[in-house]
Amino acid sequence: MSEKKKAGLKELSPIDVYKLLPKTNCKECGQDNCMAFATKIVNREVEIDSCKPLFKPENAKNYAKLQDLLKPAVKEIVVGVGEKAKKIGGKLVMYRHEFTYKNPTAIAIDVTDEMSESEIVSRVQKTDNFSFEYIGNTLKLDMVAVRCTSEDADKFKAAVKKVSETTKLPMILCTLNPAIAEAGLMAAPKARPLLYAATTSNWKDMAELALMYNCPVVASAPNDLNALVSLAKTLMAYGVTDIVLDPGTFPAEGLPDTINNFTMLRRAATKGGEELAGLPLLGVPMVAWADKGDTADDLIKWREAYIASMLVVRYADVLILHGNDGWSLLPTTVLRQNIYTDPRKPVAVAPGLKVYGTPDENSPVLFTSNFALTFYTVASDIESNKLNAYLIVVDTEGSAIDSGVAGRKLTAERVADAIKASGVEGKVKHKRIISPGKASRISGEIEELSGWKVQVGPRDSSEIPKYLIEKWQP
Amino acid sequence: MISTTHHNTDKKKDAEGLQLSEDLLAALAKFQTIELEDFQLDAKELEIIFEAGAAGQIMPKLKLPPAVTGGKPLNMIQTTFLPPIETYPNKITEVKLGATKSEGGTRGRSLIIGGEVSPAFYTFERPMPHKPVITLDVFDMEVPLSKAVKMHVKDVVGDPAAWAKLAVEKFDADMVTMHLISVDPLLKDATPKDACKTIEKVLQAVDVPLVIGGCGDPVKDTAVFEEVCAQFPGERFLISSVTRDMDVEKCAKFIKKAGHAILSFTPMDLNLARELNRRLYDYVAREDIVMDLTTAALGYGLDYAFTNMERARMGGLMGDSELAHPMSSGTTNAWAAREAWLKMGAEWEPRELRGPLWEVTTAITLLLAGVDLFMMMHPAAVKTLKDVTNFLTSGKKADLSKYANWVSIKA
Repeated sequence: MSEKKKAGLKELSPIDVYKLLPKTNCKECGQDNCMAFATKIVNREVEIDSCKPLFKPENAKNYAKLQDLLKPAVKEIVVGVGEKAKKIGGKLVMYRHEFTYKNPTAIAIDVTDEMSESEIVSRVQKTDNFSFEYIGNTLKLDMVAVRCTSEDADKFKAAVKKVSETTKLPMILCTLNPAIAEAGLMAAPKARPLLYAATTSNWKDMAELALMYNCPVVASAPNDLNALVSLAKTLMAYGVTDIVLDPGTFPAEGLPDTINNFTMLRRAATKGGEELAGLPLLGVPMVAWADKGDTADDLIKWREAYIASMLVVRYADVLILHGNDGWSLLPTTVLRQNIYTDPRKPVAVAPGLKVYGTPDENSPVLFTSNFALTFYTVASDIESNKLNAYLIVVDTEGSAIDSGVAGRKLTAERVADAIKASGVEGKVKHKRIISPGKASRISGEIEELSGWKVQVGPRDSSEIPKYLIEKWQP
Repeated sequence: MISTTHHNTDKKKDAEGLQLSEDLLAALAKFQTIELEDFQLDAKELEIIFEAGAAGQIMPKLKLPPAVTGGKPLNMIQTTFLPPIETYPNKITEVKLGATKSEGGTRGRSLIIGGEVSPAFYTFERPMPHKPVITLDVFDMEVPLSKAVKMHVKDVVGDPAAWAKLAVEKFDADMVTMHLISVDPLLKDATPKDACKTIEKVLQAVDVPLVIGGCGDPVKDTAVFEEVCAQFPGERFLISSVTRDMDVEKCAKFIKKAGHAILSFTPMDLNLARELNRRLYDYVAREDIVMDLTTAALGYGLDYAFTNMERARMGGLMGDSELAHPMSSGTTNAWAAREAWLKMGAEWEPRELRGPLWEVTTAITLLLAGVDLFMMMHPAAVKTLKDVTNFLTSGKKADLSKYANWVSIKA
């Protein structure tokens, strides 16, 4: 295997980290002792830099060793500056079940230097303002790609200037002409944009620009991985450290090459420890627009969206899109959120009483588990039917109904306690509660412990409205 | 320059025939009932990691760049990328669906799913042995459908034979899933014999292989499946599904006797999937089992479904035979997500596009996890998934001349 062994998760033990820590148990990092800190480090729950004593000169050697030990398989690179600067890459693993993916795929929406000033501003603002509330998370877009379609340095410079005045989002400057790229960089010399791109023909000039402006640069070699890694190697030798790889994105019959290239690069990085492959990957779903012709815009946006989703699954760290409609961006941004969640945690919501509509003293009382997906499904069925009801969310430690009953996480005791804690007794004048059909087994016990009469409801929450009409009488 | 053409005016020249008309609507109440089975992922389970490469394969490696000894390189430093190709100790079982006359049935052709020897679409390693298959939902009675879906099938609802014909002839379905909803004791409580009459009509109307779906009541489904097996031996249906709360032994025996295949359904838990498959092995061959590990909608647990399926496939390839079965996905569950059908703010419209794209996104995510059989609903989603699987298995190369110069696209 490679001599540059990266932090494979399984082989790294807290002891390996502990040995290199100052062992002062100073608690400055917020942990009880250095061993606890080491465990959190290995689980990637805290950053090594929160150990302040490590910065003392006498610990410099160990600090460097730790940094090397914890180096991710895919280098982490920062694009942009300030509060909206975006980290990309930093991946530790190939498969989601191995460990939580770090740094959700950054999504950039483009503008061109041939758009009118007002169109640039409105597109950039739309990108900046994109926001969707989804299970306690705000989904956002991350970057603006400025494309030079004019081949005119002044126009490109003006467009970059306009974008940088309009938003704090990081930029990707897209032109293969180094002179034009430089004009763009001069318009935003300290913005640390991602430079697109160094190719086998312009690499030297682009490398100089990347060094001069201290910005990360994309190495681009469409569908040629030999050229791509050669380019990365050359740029590294030139002194460029922050490199993003663009193996090319191709729609339609080019999809197998696209998916293969991304997959091979990520496998070589994570399983083979290959440094030249261990760089963030750029995907360009907007290549779908090359097929525009007479095709309806919506159909192109549709294709662009599914290519983007494929690349969210298959290892892209940055994506450039052109379509900026809500309907086409929403599935990809929700998918990105899904794929980048911690695969170890059962998703749980806060237990307690939820109130729907305007219930009165005769309204039904139901209970469910605090497994997020169960809860949101039940809540959606109640809400979408505009029911007036109380819903008690029982703490089942994130277990669903049937597995909760089987695993003793949803017990009569917990339900009885939840009824009591909810205070619903003071809100209704009956003492009847509707149980999920799948929890019918514990209904007798609940009655004994709580003093409430239990009505066994439907097995699927979509039947709640019908059930209430037929079976609920206060 | 950016086209500002509104989608409504674009529809007419829609080159691929995606008829995405405006009055598409939503609320697939039926799919809210098929929807999310309860499931969970145990944190401890994740420690069982199937990792490609664990079989002792040695990754080819690249030479690292030489240390820079002052001076910048004047020319490109040439190196090569060695494709990280691996082999896996196990193969996913092949399952045949449908039977032609010579095979003992009446279908125009049979289909084979499974047989993978690499993870999904790792075609740099080896080609996919069989294309994933799409089966379209047909219901035997009127069910609440999203308008987005209903507009495509409104003329055939209530006529399963006509619906099946439409699915095959117009929507290009590889297979049809006959959902025998009317046998549900809480709905029409139709008899097993009634169900068989429906199947007979569908068999006459189309010649593709069939999936036979029950109503979800373990006792009634057992009775219906038993009658179906007695009436239609040799057709090599996929019986959907056998679950842990059914009389597994009884079902397995009559399904085996009739020569059908079993869809082994479990609620998002690989240990339960293994357990059910083990119980089935006592009565049927491995080649008779397809597994359904539960599909949750994009935004509503798709991450669990994806990871579960990806782990199952990696496990199967790495030697866990109990998981080395082709996988089926109830992708129609995508419509359980409210974002697929709900009228939202103007910036998220039209939902007539958002809805089917939700189904596409759910499908494509699971395609990349290794699903072999997709149970789907919306014709536009079906068409897209078909296009994508055709592209991915085409063996063609990327057209650089057309796409490499994307920076200058005048979109």
